[in-house]
Amino acid sequence: MTANYPILSLLIFIPILGGGLMALISRRQETLIKWIALVVSSFTLLLSVPLFKNFDKGSAQLQFVERSVWIESWNVQYYVGIDGISVLMVLLSALTAILCVLISWNTIKDKVKEFFIAIVLVEGSMIGVFCSMDIFLFYIFWEAMLIPMYLIVGIWGGNNRIYAAIKFFIYTLVGSVLMLIAIIILYVHGNTFDLTSLLTLHLPYKLQLLLFWLFFAAFAVKVPMFPLHTWLPDAHTEAPTAGSVILAAILIKMGAYGFLRFSLPLFPQAAIALTPTMLTLSVIAIVYGGLICMVQSDFKRLIAYSSVSHMGFVTLGIFSLNINGIEGGLLQMINHGIVTGALFLCIGIVYDRTHTRQIADYGGLASVMPIFSALFIVFTLASIGLPGTNGFIGEFLILLGGFARSPIAAIIASSGIIIGAIYMLWLYQRVFFTAINEKIRGLKDVTPLEIVILLPLLVLVLWIGVYPETFISMLNTSVTALIDRVHGNALNESLTWRQ
Amino acid sequence: MQGLDFSVIAPELILLAVGMLMLLLELVIKRKEYIAVLTLIGVLAAFFAFNIRGGDFAGLFVFDAYSYVFKVIFLINLSLTILLSINYMKVKGSSFGEYYSLLVFSTVGMMLMVSATNLLIIYLGLELMALSTYILAGSIRHDKCSTEAALKYFLMGAFSTAIILYGMSLLYGTTGTMDIGKIGAYIHYNGLAGNPLLLISMVLFIVSFGFKVAAVPFHMWAPDVYEGAPTSVTAFMSVGPKAAGFAVFVKVMLTAFPSMVDNWSAIVTGLAILTMLVGNLVALAQSSIKRMLAYSSIAHAGYVLLGLVPASDEGVLGIMTYLFIYMFMNIGAFSVLILLTTQDYKGDTLKDLEGLAKTHPFIAVIMLVFMFSLTGIPPTGGFIGKFSIFMSLIHAQHQWLAMIAILFSAISAFYYLRVVMYMYMRQPEVARPDTGISDSFALRLAMSISLVMTLMLGIMPQRLIDSMRHLFRFI
Repeated sequence: MTANYPILSLLIFIPILGGGLMALISRRQETLIKWIALVVSSFTLLLSVPLFKNFDKGSAQLQFVERSVWIESWNVQYYVGIDGISVLMVLLSALTAILCVLISWNTIKDKVKEFFIAIVLVEGSMIGVFCSMDIFLFYIFWEAMLIPMYLIVGIWGGNNRIYAAIKFFIYTLVGSVLMLIAIIILYVHGNTFDLTSLLTLHLPYKLQLLLFWLFFAAFAVKVPMFPLHTWLPDAHTEAPTAGSVILAAILIKMGAYGFLRFSLPLFPQAAIALTPTMLTLSVIAIVYGGLICMVQSDFKRLIAYSSVSHMGFVTLGIFSLNINGIEGGLLQMINHGIVTGALFLCIGIVYDRTHTRQIADYGGLASVMPIFSALFIVFTLASIGLPGTNGFIGEFLILLGGFARSPIAAIIASSGIIIGAIYMLWLYQRVFFTAINEKIRGLKDVTPLEIVILLPLLVLVLWIGVYPETFISMLNTSVTALIDRVHGNALNESLTWRQ
Repeated sequence: MQGLDFSVIAPELILLAVGMLMLLLELVIKRKEYIAVLTLIGVLAAFFAFNIRGGDFAGLFVFDAYSYVFKVIFLINLSLTILLSINYMKVKGSSFGEYYSLLVFSTVGMMLMVSATNLLIIYLGLELMALSTYILAGSIRHDKCSTEAALKYFLMGAFSTAIILYGMSLLYGTTGTMDIGKIGAYIHYNGLAGNPLLLISMVLFIVSFGFKVAAVPFHMWAPDVYEGAPTSVTAFMSVGPKAAGFAVFVKVMLTAFPSMVDNWSAIVTGLAILTMLVGNLVALAQSSIKRMLAYSSIAHAGYVLLGLVPASDEGVLGIMTYLFIYMFMNIGAFSVLILLTTQDYKGDTLKDLEGLAKTHPFIAVIMLVFMFSLTGIPPTGGFIGKFSIFMSLIHAQHQWLAMIAILFSAISAFYYLRVVMYMYMRQPEVARPDTGISDSFALRLAMSISLVMTLMLGIMPQRLIDSMRHLFRFI
């Protein structure tokens, strides 16, 4: 089932062209610019509704495919399409973008024009990353989003923003350029950038290993996996609220997505051989990230580090290389996007009122902002993975898959859940209970706009928590095909090897 | 010898005529803008005089796809420089008519060089180009720095010319011909690849062209000259003579010394790595943007040199693509500097850019695009240029070299982004004196052309890349 209009191209280019339109408007017309950003992002969100409805759950094939020649002599195509692995990420990107526009509506006061242009450009390129089926095109979007993201962190961020922005940029750039080398090597072997044709290549094991590590450099920085995670706390903490939300909800998912889309299917033997390493790194990230969270005195930094731990679960699931693990990983990507996005939005809401991120400056917020604290506890519990919320489903599936692959890894990883409960509940206690801190007395509770922003995320938390089938059924077929490919390929080749 | 086909050298003849005419008209026309406009018309005429069927003139001068691409680069470079200069020279109080003639003569020299098949013509073109550029570098006569730059450039240039002459004489002495094609054939058929005289001659060529394209360790002159020369001339020098140097370098290496490819490819590899290393690292430490761009142009020469290493068609295509794109982004960056220069405000240190995004948001955005393009981030042209070079490297199994180069280009993000950082993320402690900008229609035109091309070549590079491939198939 496909729509009769180029839905993916519209999703990608409406924001980008919208950004171009906003660039033409005088910077004094701030309200107009904001409205255009809102219209553009709501239009994208509306467009994703037919995407959601027309998506064929029973098919592992690419859907909504569009392809045309782009650079003939290099054999580059404009080739977009989605399957079960990317569809939810596209939807989440569209949703996140509109929330970011709304949360920044009143809080961004300086260089308004540039800010909203940057947001919509990020939106377009994020969707582009998840839709591209031509690696060249993928790389263009992947790198292009660095530019607006760098500006968002660097211009509108906190005190230490310049350092955080350049650190983020350099880390990601180094990873990406190594991936670029791998992309060109792939091109030299297959003479195409087309992912579907590249999948038919049979690469020798040594080459697979090299390419896997080169791709790993790009994806592991983005995820971020354990030794490469140090840019994340800085960038997430210093970014403005909208920037943190985009970083947490979408940008770091691009790394995990990259593993699923490129590393596993293209280099299955290498992926299987390196599973122990990847599982170890994931488990370290889970435990280490969690332990660091416990000693944070900065509200936002704590949530940032919790991303390291949660993304450890995602990679653990992915490198379990079985149905439960990968489905759990994919679902956890969405969950983490929703929950951490929501937590950063919440932090943004209180930060606008108090202008402090120190946990010690809060206390007794529950009696000052009762509605807000009710919303916050739901997201806190989802982050811990309480049954009934989405976090439980994802982590449960991952641990199930992880246990099948490596019981020890799963056992250590599950301690991460306990650590998560400790730091999140302790955070909640210090901020919302205890005696009222004088500094925060008299704060206004959430405004209707802020409720509107948080509500869709709240609904999703409960929806996935109670009835995950809606979403899992969208992933299932594609994940099964992926796993067949990884193991089937490896099996075939090990057989031919013996002969 | 067949009849002489003058249509092959028509563009050069037109330009020469224009150049000389301007020298005369300069005496009668008081407003130098008119001279600039007339020169531009002449350049346009030269554009249309290209005989795209190709051909040669007396066997000394060929017009083929290779020289065509480079000549287009030179002419665009010339036109953009003229547009940049009109207002700038007036601001600098040094507006004189010979300036435009010299630009034209220098360009004719470059055009001769890329078309030459004979060492002597190469030498003539080289000297015509170089001598004109020496004078241009010193064209702000009342400025000590400008004079110093001219002198330095002259001394270093004379050195490198002497070296190339020595190389040429050795080559002629060994092979008995001045035609580079015949030299290549002679070396090949007589199995002279290991001949020590030829090896020396080859090294002398590499050294001399190393000077011309400012490859490390022969780059010492470049930063001072680029910094001291008028900014418009710097923009001109950092593209035109450099591209011409590369054009002849590549041509001589591939036609005269193809049988010694193992020898020179190793040397060029070393030069390229050194050039990228020094260019990128030293650029990190600069506080003057002009000097930073000088080192950055050294670093870019390193990437271009890499295209020569595989000694393949793809590498040559990569070099041409790179230089074509590099021209727009580099001239664009210099044009922003020119725009910020006014009579009493130099505007060329990083600190001068503080808060530019607030005072002149439009200029800041344009500079931002050029900086990201120079870094090589898609969707700007710089990425396509780097990509085509890296692709040719990996095709020739030079993965490690590509990896080194690409990591250097990640380092370069530091200093290019610092410009962005100063413009967008800092506020000046004392408010910038509102000296305005030296705006003019011509400058705006040059800047918009550079901007549009930098973006176009990044988003829709298919036209450039496909048409270059086709050119090479059909001419």
